[in-house]
Amino acid sequence: MKLRALFAVLAGVLCIAAASDPAERLPDPRQEAQARQIFQDIRCLVCQNESIDDSDAELARDLRQIVREQVRAGRDEAEIKRFLIDRYGEFVLLRPSMSLGNMALWAGPFLVVLLGAALMLRRLRNRTPEPELSAAEAERLKRIANDEPA
Amino acid sequence: MITEIGAFALLLALAFSLAQLVLSAAGRIRRSTVLAAAGEGAALAAFIGNLLAFAALMHAFITSDFSVSNVANNSHSEKPLLYRIAGTWGSHEGSMLLWCLALTGFGAAAAILGRTLPRGLKAVMVATQGGLGVVFLAYTVFASNPFARLTAVPVEGRSLNPLLQDPALAVHPPFLYAGYVGMSVVFSLAVAALVEGRVDAAWARWVRPWTLAAWAALTVGITLGSFWAYYELGWGGWWFWDPVENASFMPWLIGAALLHSAIVTEKRGALSGWTVFLALAAFSFSMLGAFLVRSGVLTSVHAFAVDPTRGVLLLIILGVTAGLGFALFAWRAPTLSQGGLFAPISRESALVLNNILLAAATATVLLGTLFPLIREAATGEAISVGPPYFNLTFTPLMAALLILVPAGPLLAWKRGDAAGVAQRLWIAALIAIGCGLLAFALVSPRKAFGAAGLALGFWLITGSLAELVERTRAFRAPAAETWRRLTGLPRGAWGMTLAHIGLGIFVLGACFETGWKQEAAETLPIGGSLDVGAYHLVLETIGGVEGPNYEAERGIIRATRDGAPVCTATPERRFYPAGSQTTSEVYICYQGLSHLYIVLGERRDTGPQPVWLVRAYWNPWASLLFFGPGVMALGGLVSLSDRRLRLGVARRKVQAA
Repeated sequence: MKLRALFAVLAGVLCIAAASDPAERLPDPRQEAQARQIFQDIRCLVCQNESIDDSDAELARDLRQIVREQVRAGRDEAEIKRFLIDRYGEFVLLRPSMSLGNMALWAGPFLVVLLGAALMLRRLRNRTPEPELSAAEAERLKRIANDEPA
Repeated sequence: MITEIGAFALLLALAFSLAQLVLSAAGRIRRSTVLAAAGEGAALAAFIGNLLAFAALMHAFITSDFSVSNVANNSHSEKPLLYRIAGTWGSHEGSMLLWCLALTGFGAAAAILGRTLPRGLKAVMVATQGGLGVVFLAYTVFASNPFARLTAVPVEGRSLNPLLQDPALAVHPPFLYAGYVGMSVVFSLAVAALVEGRVDAAWARWVRPWTLAAWAALTVGITLGSFWAYYELGWGGWWFWDPVENASFMPWLIGAALLHSAIVTEKRGALSGWTVFLALAAFSFSMLGAFLVRSGVLTSVHAFAVDPTRGVLLLIILGVTAGLGFALFAWRAPTLSQGGLFAPISRESALVLNNILLAAATATVLLGTLFPLIREAATGEAISVGPPYFNLTFTPLMAALLILVPAGPLLAWKRGDAAGVAQRLWIAALIAIGCGLLAFALVSPRKAFGAAGLALGFWLITGSLAELVERTRAFRAPAAETWRRLTGLPRGAWGMTLAHIGLGIFVLGACFETGWKQEAAETLPIGGSLDVGAYHLVLETIGGVEGPNYEAERGIIRATRDGAPVCTATPERRFYPAGSQTTSEVYICYQGLSHLYIVLGERRDTGPQPVWLVRAYWNPWASLLFFGPGVMALGGLVSLSDRRLRLGVARRKVQAA
């Protein structure tokens, strides 16, 4: 049953923030900090939307090792991410690239702001006075004023 | 036998919901009070039927009746009573039954409490609520029957996921569902307003209490869930921008926007179309959440039951229900009146800006959740959207909103005075900036962004207090007058102040925790130690513990600070034989507002003596993360008790006159 498989996965990834495991750590604390920074942007491909910084899965461990080795070899963040994308596709990045295909994703929220601002400006410009009461409304108002049932 | 009664009661609830829909609609069309009253009676009957069904399922869980498939799959006879009871809603089927219970419950409450509503509006609302009941009860009865029996009765149940065996399971889902489904009343009111073609101040006044109740419940539900994830998952995190979290966050954001736009509609008759739109959107997002969590289209760390066929059905329900609502909106909204005029600097404008930013924030969460699906379906390329995306989009939008929060309530309706507002707020702003600078100077390591966030949190608090000072003329008028004004403030004003201060408290916690949390991890032998922040932790012993349905290793870890004992932590690593799963039981030492968070990891036998992986986090001000939203929900409740909103007040006044 799928549900149980899922729970098994959940239970498997329980011991988390796995990247802090001292057995994996780089000797240079500055490099280690840099590697940890990169981990947070890299997805554990087989997990439920987790970064390799969190996940205890086998694959996450392998990816951490790759990143740590490259950090140790002096490569910078962009190079390492490039390497991972070439190998695993853009899926590996938790921060999607600002490319044309992702335009809606990055621009969408700010378009909502612009659209809202435009609508608001139009509303503020078009400050035509309220229309006169319609005949029916005037009638209703009169009845209310005279305390008759509306 | 009781199970069969439950199944029958559920069918009855479905029949009564159908009757509620038909009778109320007929009552509206024929303008018959008798038919409309019968529809209201059916709403109550549907709730009672659903309540009986729910009680029957709970009975099956308590007595561990494994002939019921749902119980056999999700319970175990050795499980403690509390978790057997809470297990009623721990599975997909049970949680849908809870959803229906809340839906019929809100329907009955709206029918009973809505005495002051105009008859036509009320009949349409009750009918719509009945329609929603039919859809969801039919789904529960025919596609996710919680009472299905097994022909081969197992001796023992398969137990509930140990992660869910926590007291939080007893309270988190009921609050969350009350929030989700409470929005259904708002949805029905919006449909009724569109059908009747009348959205006015009175309508906005009816919408507000239901929105407040649902939003406050949702706030509590999300916060409980966040706290649960915080201590249960053992990652020291409280928000992961996970699809399931996002699913609950979207109706919350829309609910918050609705609370603010409804004020404009109530006080100034403006924004009526937008308010109706939000009222429809809030429950639509609730349904979207129900779909996302159960369909398996998204992967999540909090995944529920995953079943694509059910997902398709839920998607159809969502599409049809929300689609009908919005189609009605598109048809009728142009006839709604524009309402009062306002200047660019006015309270209306401030509230519109609030709504624009909240809508954009919701769009961020929606895009971040659904865009990967859309892109993969369209181009076949898979991408991931994780926390870094939300930090770059959601956070600046929210920061912009938070800067504006204290100014809004000080602006006058129609035409505000920006210079006057600045004059009233400059002291509050100076204090907030001063606190931020102080944090920048004193807290190490120095972090400009973190300090700016703290200043923002202080600004929300000092700005809200400044508004209170202004309203009561404190320090300017005699104390007696200030006191008189203070006690005379409407509950709604207190509610707003509390909610804004609660938001500020949350921001303080979020910024301090995120900016300055510290982490340490070591493999320790008995007697080994590690340092985190100012604390020194020593692993004294590891012992075995026998739980009711698990076995555990329990570490005794003593924490000291500058040699002085601080606390004795007893984190556990539990093994549940029923599902052969392992969980961590985190130990949190509460140090004032901050948490020393300790996790016992796996045992390793690689060296000459066994070692255990111990992780510790120093989470400064982490308590505020959960306390702040609590204050916000309290603000909602206080506002709900405002005289203006008390249902039935108008009628009683009329009778007295």
